[in-house]
Amino acid sequence: MSHGSSRVIVTVIGQDKVGIIANVSAVLAEAGANIIDISQTTLREFFAMIMMVDLENATQPFDEIKRRLKAKGDEMGLRIDAQHEDVFKFMHRI
Amino acid sequence: MPMQFSAQEIIETIRMVQMDKLDIRTITMGISLRDCAHSDIAVAAAKAYDKICRKAGDLVRVGDEIEHEYGVPIINKRISVTPVALVAEASDSHDYVVFAQALDRAAKEVGVNFLGGYSALVHKGMTGGDRALLASIPQALSSTERVCASVNIGTTRAGINMDAVALMGRIVCDTARLTSDRDGLGCAKLVVFCNAVDDNPFMAGAFHGIGEPECVINVGVSGPGVVLAAIEQEPNADFGQLASVIKRTAFKVTRMGELAGRAASAKLGVPFGIVDLSLAPTPAQGDSVGRILEAMGLERVGTHGSTAALALLNDAVKKGGAMASSYVGGLSGAFIPVSEDIAMIEAASLGALSFDKLEAMTCVCSVGLDMIAVPGDTSPETIAAIIADEAAIGMINRKTTAVRIIPAPGKTVGEMVEFGGLLGRAPVMALHPYSSKVFIGRGGRIPAPLQALNN
Repeated sequence: MSHGSSRVIVTVIGQDKVGIIANVSAVLAEAGANIIDISQTTLREFFAMIMMVDLENATQPFDEIKRRLKAKGDEMGLRIDAQHEDVFKFMHRI
Repeated sequence: MPMQFSAQEIIETIRMVQMDKLDIRTITMGISLRDCAHSDIAVAAAKAYDKICRKAGDLVRVGDEIEHEYGVPIINKRISVTPVALVAEASDSHDYVVFAQALDRAAKEVGVNFLGGYSALVHKGMTGGDRALLASIPQALSSTERVCASVNIGTTRAGINMDAVALMGRIVCDTARLTSDRDGLGCAKLVVFCNAVDDNPFMAGAFHGIGEPECVINVGVSGPGVVLAAIEQEPNADFGQLASVIKRTAFKVTRMGELAGRAASAKLGVPFGIVDLSLAPTPAQGDSVGRILEAMGLERVGTHGSTAALALLNDAVKKGGAMASSYVGGLSGAFIPVSEDIAMIEAASLGALSFDKLEAMTCVCSVGLDMIAVPGDTSPETIAAIIADEAAIGMINRKTTAVRIIPAPGKTVGEMVEFGGLLGRAPVMALHPYSSKVFIGRGGRIPAPLQALNN
């Protein structure tokens, strides 16, 4: 990342099922990404899991992690995104 | 470390992007071509081509990179240049089409879909270079794909140059004729302004104004769908509450523009200019400004109450957005192009939205009569009179107004004109049948208005 912070927000949206956290965590662990926090909620009828992840010591570039998360999401029938935390900081904090 | 954002905040952002079509409509790089002037127009054109390719070579890549990192779509990457009349004027030639073609090649080379600035500023009078540029517009727009032209024919300080208005009536008709095989598409790339702004990132009216730096990044945000979703959640809100909902939403949308603009500026090593806080619709379902007005309680956009609804929307968007960005500029407000907005297309087809109501709405919207198809046999004088009316609204109200009108070749009222893509489709709208020929034939300038005694 070219920015000051190395934190990204990973969001997982879809039908709730067994193994979501385990699978997503495995992809992140493999990339050397450190999960700082996890929370979950519902978005209309869907399940949503939100992770704050630090990529400071990641062994893979952000693009690659994002690609792998998306592939895992496709495999599990979930929508998985990763966005730099600045998006949320800019929108919700003054 | 705990998460700094609540789940609701994160989900709200995700929802805005994935469901309500929040996007950055355009990252526009403004490039000065003033140092490209040369006595040989071919040399000037080659210098302009080289400079654009050099400055904007990374623009599309950086735009894509930002979209990827932040997960917010950036729909268009575009370029605006110094009004070409100012640059080409130094040449011995009077045929500037070769310059337009060089700009078109440069746009293709760097991968932007539109390049604006084939322009002249003639609000008080025309130089030789201005005349040559205006004369070349129909040929330039019909022989290029991505070049956009604009002409400023009036300002609040100078009045309205009615000679230029009359000329633009003919140029609009000629441009339609030369692109008759594409429903007059050339006219969709031609804007006639009053009070044009120097830092507008939106096409087709973008140009790099004369007070601008060497190179600059301007950002145009959008998000009619986000505002619509927010309003739909407040069906019983009174007007004060409605304005607050719109302000809050506009603030959030604009923050995304600010973020993208700062990131693009840093990555490209180019100063950040402004964020343009516009609600820019697209023909896609759920991306419509007309639908926002309908969600406020109008059965169809164009009915009585539409002007008041648009006034509230436009002002609330500005108030919310102004707090969200360090530098606000451009046009900033709600666009009401007919062909690019599904609710406007429907309302115009049904007869709910008339040409006259559109003109009234432009008194309070961000720009003017935009992407309106009219019968192909409309006379140049009638087009000129429409331009004069719209310019008068801008001049008196100290706002930018514009006309982007398409006399659809061979088509009559009720038929559809199809441009495709972001430019959309529009029904041909009826105009008044009575002539304005003698009025337009008078020539000269409408004097600048008083700046006091405002009533």
